[in-house]
Amino acid sequence: MKPPKAKPASPATRALQVVPPSGPTAWLTTFTAGAMTFLCVFALALSLASGRLADRWSEALAKTATIRLSAPPEQVDLQTDAILSVLSTTPGVASFRVIEDAEARALLEPWFGPGLPIEVLQIPRLFEVMEADPPYDSEGLRQRLVAEAPGALLDDHTRWRRPLAEAAERIRLLGILSIVLIGATMAAMITLAARAALASNAEVIRVLRLVGAKDSYIARAFVRRFTLRAMSGAVIGAAAGMAGVAALPVADAAGGFLTGLGFNGTGWLWPLILPPVAGLVAFSATRRAALAKLKELT
Amino acid sequence: MIAFENAAYSYGGGELLTDVSLRLAPGSFHFLTGPSGSGKSTFLKLAYAELKPTAGRITLFDRDVTELSRDDVARSRRRIGIVHQDCKFLDHLTLAANMALPFTVSDRESAPQDLDDLLTWVGLNHLSGALPPQLSGGERQRAALARAVIVDPDVILADEPTGNVDWEMSLRILTLLVELNRMGKTILVATHDLNLIRQAKAQIQARVLRISKHRIQLAGADL
Repeated sequence: MKPPKAKPASPATRALQVVPPSGPTAWLTTFTAGAMTFLCVFALALSLASGRLADRWSEALAKTATIRLSAPPEQVDLQTDAILSVLSTTPGVASFRVIEDAEARALLEPWFGPGLPIEVLQIPRLFEVMEADPPYDSEGLRQRLVAEAPGALLDDHTRWRRPLAEAAERIRLLGILSIVLIGATMAAMITLAARAALASNAEVIRVLRLVGAKDSYIARAFVRRFTLRAMSGAVIGAAAGMAGVAALPVADAAGGFLTGLGFNGTGWLWPLILPPVAGLVAFSATRRAALAKLKELT
Repeated sequence: MIAFENAAYSYGGGELLTDVSLRLAPGSFHFLTGPSGSGKSTFLKLAYAELKPTAGRITLFDRDVTELSRDDVARSRRRIGIVHQDCKFLDHLTLAANMALPFTVSDRESAPQDLDDLLTWVGLNHLSGALPPQLSGGERQRAALARAVIVDPDVILADEPTGNVDWEMSLRILTLLVELNRMGKTILVATHDLNLIRQAKAQIQARVLRISKHRIQLAGADL
């Protein structure tokens, strides 16, 4: 019956051993941490993707402007020359060009179909303006165009860009809010599991108290166990979440928002911080719950 | 070591102990007797600060128990060995690990030789790897006593330590308690077994206290 002589366990290991190793809360904590981390990876992917999208839309649209010329047919060439003259003398304009009829037809084709009789339609002439760094003064250019070419209208895409950027920014905030809510839910679930574990181990706690254990020691024994369980669950959840994100369709030029959902480059490192964060959440939630429950059990 | 000064304890409107004055001097041996439900366990719980007096004063190693923090109570328990009738153990740990618990919870290392010696002293060295549910009642009582003394406490409080064992085992446990007292330990044993008390009085000088009508009195020659 005598046990073989083995290397003595460290105080931390022995502290861990005083709590019974199994129980109904063991799998609950691991499962909760795993499921929440899995969801967290997607919320993180959503947040990062929407952030990238907001930046891309802002950058892409911020660098260009369009001038639309709507004038009687006999005035079109005259005002076109005036516009080109204004643009060539405006500081902050990197380049400009007239959008050819064929190109305008191609732009309209997705909306009206391939047989569009563009020559009989009153389609305004379009100019693409690329801004330099530093950029041109939009209001000054607008006023000069009104003076030189009354049919010209400068559209710097502000009214398109702002709602798109705002929408993307809100999606990013929603993603961050989701991560916070997931963390709070995980903390609440682990708190409940820890309280249940403490209640079901009341007899163990009574024995430990009889032999002189402080509350901090008993709490530490439970906290270690729950932190390790949460971290192991979170590692599994993060791995599964990353695999899920990796399996999403790759973003391409024609792709929309959904195909852009995922991580890029160093963005793949972000999910790796989730298991330690889950451990930290479990540590603080269990410690608070344990110390409160131990006072109740007196 | 432990002193009661006009201490009382009430619960649910009724007084369980009234006007208790007593001092457990170092190296003394006391028996506490009385019928079931008379308050022997309550007295012991007051003595190791699991309960606080509702009136009067109790001091534990010269400190008023009402002024002790939770950590102070834990530290005081390391100077008191407690043996219960129902011998509480951690059933998932071996007997040896249970023996070493008082060291474990204070983050100290128990000397393996001391552990072996202690298990030999109580006659359980062949069971060091056994789990508590595998032990008999007498083995559990002796194991509880061994755990109580492993950190060399100043006081040993035993609540019906022979309640679940036969007479032969009772005598064996009594012998261990007497040996501890001869080593200078202060002992208080709550028991309703008058034969055990008579047997002890034949070996050592022990004071016998009796709880009667919620008060503690010195028992007379009827023992």
